[in-house]
Amino acid sequence: MTGRHGAARRDWWTAAAVGALILATAFPFYWAIVSSFTPESQLFRSPSLFPRQFVLAHYRALFVERQFWVPIRNSLVVAGTTTVFCVTVGAFCAYALARLRFRGKVPLLGLILAVSMFPQISVVSPLYLLLRSLHLINTYPGLILPYLTFAMPLTVWLLVGIFRQLPAELEEAAMVDGASRLRTFREVVIPLALPGLATTAILTFVYSWNEFLFALSFTLGPERQTVPVAIALLRGQYQVPWGQILASAIVATAPVALLVLAFQRRIVQGLTAGAVKG
Amino acid sequence: MRGWERGRALPRGDPGYGVERREARLAWWMVSPAVAAIALVALFPLAWTVWESFHQHDLRMPWLGRPFIGLDNYVEAAGDPRFWAAMGHTLFFAVVSVSVELILGTFLALAMNRAFRGRALMRASILVPWAMPTVVSGLLWKFMFDGDAGIANAALVKAGVFDQPVVWFIHTGLAWVPVILADVWKTTPFVALLLLAGLQNIDASLYEAARIDGASAWRQFRFVTLPLLRPAMMVALIFRTLDAFRVFDLIYVMTGGGPGTSTEPIALYTFNSLLQYLRFGYGSALSVIVFAVTFALALLYIRFLGAGLTETRT
Amino acid sequence: MASVTLDRIRKTYPNGHVAARDLSLEIADGEFMVLVGPSGCGKSTALRVIAGLETPTGGRVLIGDRDVTDLPPQERDIAMVFQSYALYPHMTVRENLGFGLRMRGVDARVIGERTTRTAEALGLEPVLDRKPGQLSGGQRQRVALGRAMVREPLAFLFDEPLSNLDAKLRVETRAELARLHRRLAATIVYVTHDQEEALTLGGRVAVLRDGVVEQVAPPMELYRRPATAFVGGFVGSPAMNLLPGQIVGRTDGATLGVRPHDVAIVGAGQGDVDARVDVVEPRGSELLIYLRLAGESGQEVRVVAPPEPMIPADTSVGVRFDRERMHWFDKGGRALGR
Repeated sequence: MTGRHGAARRDWWTAAAVGALILATAFPFYWAIVSSFTPESQLFRSPSLFPRQFVLAHYRALFVERQFWVPIRNSLVVAGTTTVFCVTVGAFCAYALARLRFRGKVPLLGLILAVSMFPQISVVSPLYLLLRSLHLINTYPGLILPYLTFAMPLTVWLLVGIFRQLPAELEEAAMVDGASRLRTFREVVIPLALPGLATTAILTFVYSWNEFLFALSFTLGPERQTVPVAIALLRGQYQVPWGQILASAIVATAPVALLVLAFQRRIVQGLTAGAVKG
Repeated sequence: MRGWERGRALPRGDPGYGVERREARLAWWMVSPAVAAIALVALFPLAWTVWESFHQHDLRMPWLGRPFIGLDNYVEAAGDPRFWAAMGHTLFFAVVSVSVELILGTFLALAMNRAFRGRALMRASILVPWAMPTVVSGLLWKFMFDGDAGIANAALVKAGVFDQPVVWFIHTGLAWVPVILADVWKTTPFVALLLLAGLQNIDASLYEAARIDGASAWRQFRFVTLPLLRPAMMVALIFRTLDAFRVFDLIYVMTGGGPGTSTEPIALYTFNSLLQYLRFGYGSALSVIVFAVTFALALLYIRFLGAGLTETRT
Repeated sequence: MASVTLDRIRKTYPNGHVAARDLSLEIADGEFMVLVGPSGCGKSTALRVIAGLETPTGGRVLIGDRDVTDLPPQERDIAMVFQSYALYPHMTVRENLGFGLRMRGVDARVIGERTTRTAEALGLEPVLDRKPGQLSGGQRQRVALGRAMVREPLAFLFDEPLSNLDAKLRVETRAELARLHRRLAATIVYVTHDQEEALTLGGRVAVLRDGVVEQVAPPMELYRRPATAFVGGFVGSPAMNLLPGQIVGRTDGATLGVRPHDVAIVGAGQGDVDARVDVVEPRGSELLIYLRLAGESGQEVRVVAPPEPMIPADTSVGVRFDRERMHWFDKGGRALGR
């Protein structure tokens, strides 16, 4: 398959593959969006690809009857706080790991990597008992604290990579110029690492927003449930309220999707940087 | 601010020792909040879980107290058919979904590597499934495979594959189909991304050299692409296997482990033992087993990427 | 300004690599000292040890009379110009220049004055409010220089600052540096791998090899009286010929070093040794001729000859060595008395 004919045929296959990818990925969305605007009566009859009716009933029910803005608020608070805390604390830790000389650095890195691989289920029971004794079940801190389990290692790991990629000579120049390590960190490293910090924040936010197991285990009712839990527990009186479930799915995904689309390039870099040595 | 640095010229001891010691002290200060957080919410709880697994602790029967019973919980697990079934389900799920994702992902990565137009669109379509909560993606697919409202049935019946709509989630074998499809849909893009990054690290001139040497496209793939893509594949493989082994959200929301317990993975069984049956001792033993297997897999990963961990520049 | 002294510096990295082995050097106050040598010789390590960016495994560093071995770079009051300039990309030129003074808590007005003065001296006023990314290579170099100058440090350290410039800029900047040295009477420690640059700039030049100083002397002395065969072969271009030989009355082998300029081509049989012409490179003002000595060794000898007459390849000729300009080295490479 050489020569111009081969190349043309390969290009065709490529285009077909890419087209198939986009179609396969987009279809469930498309279908969910369409269905969320389909009246209840139509939903359970044989569906068609291009429906005729569009209603807002499901969305209205979601927000008016089910108070869906409550889980949204909860998710925003929990994911937001976790992100801010982890990126801040993690930045200091990551800088020390990336640039400072001290014994125990390698085991520490290994530890952080290991913790990031903990199965969440393995820490649910002690965390539950701990939170219960601190009266933190069904509270914001009661979720933020457990979220540190995965968010802290994640941010530290990503930020170590980001700091290492900065040219060390800049920090050396700053030190020769008279800046202490901390001042160098504040005045030279952080400003230059801002894009990487932003990416880390976005990734941490996405993972926190999507978290399910801890949110399910450590909240009791709608006042503190996060979006994934609220959606999973949507129950109807007689049948599964698919219309509302799909509406909530769209509402839950839309903001995150927009965020991700706005920063795609960075996110892709962040996701693959730590994994593939380049 | 610079108090600790206001060093005096030290006597001729170990040269530079003071500087390094001060730097190490600063390092520990910078590191300790994060380490404390990790110790508090991950390490101590894990240790507690291990300790708890050696006790009988049934919250439904508090009058029994919390006696130390050694390895009895583990013995019970060894003889527990539901435990082994759960491990089997998990293994099955991991093997099938990871294989499909790897093959599809490679294919996609190759296609994306070539395509020049529509890169942004591709990236977008890849990221959105990754960015959504697993439960949401599970629900999307559950809806599509719903017995009544599902479009899958509508399409299959119309295409003549089935006579009438199938209730997927009632039959064990069939229930796995939408579950695995949902997982593949959500994570193949991520695998493709990892592999794409690996592909882009392969020097283009290697392909040119191969072409000049007369290698066909297939041979180029076999002798240039595959070997050089191996590291990225290993990373993807290990990442995904770890994730697949810990599967919880997806199954909880799609089948709840059913029909019966025939799709129940080990994480869900552990969850049920803890928070449904309130058997904290037994559940902790199961937690430890899950952790042990995950840890073994993770060790593989660390050993494989070990070289990169210690590279630093001061 | 102050003197800089390296006293028996040793630097061994954790992986076992020895970068400096008993490296001692005294740089006088106001001196322009060049450290030169092949890659891996330890010159950059020496510079970084002076700066405090590396801590030595053994030995001391003194700036002036002060033992600074245990002080971090912040407290040594030296300025460094990096090979890549290391300008802060997110700060303007003005902020780059003023950074060091700001770190030391200097009054803002003084910073402003000194910055303006330095910028004027280097012709940087028009770009004071630009960021490094918007400057040309030459301008960036000057900002790096300015950043060092504005601090009025005890000594200047230069780490191969010219290697990123094109040939023309390199020559210009060399002259600039020489002028700077004269004007400020600054103590300068300058690292380069280019021996020509070293000879042109240095008041004294230290030739390093494998973590030790092989010889430190003014450029001409290095050229005329190399202390070792290595220095002889390193300094001067085209490189000195090093021929294995034997000295009457000594049993161990010796090496004869003679520069291509100090070898004359004569008719076959009329010189010290016979040879055959291998390759001739016309260089405009001279010919660079590669010869192969007759005999089984076939040793290559480089000769610089006047442009006329042209000597074709494969000619048999004789070579005569200038008796005044022959250098003898013993088995260990050390120079023997004349």
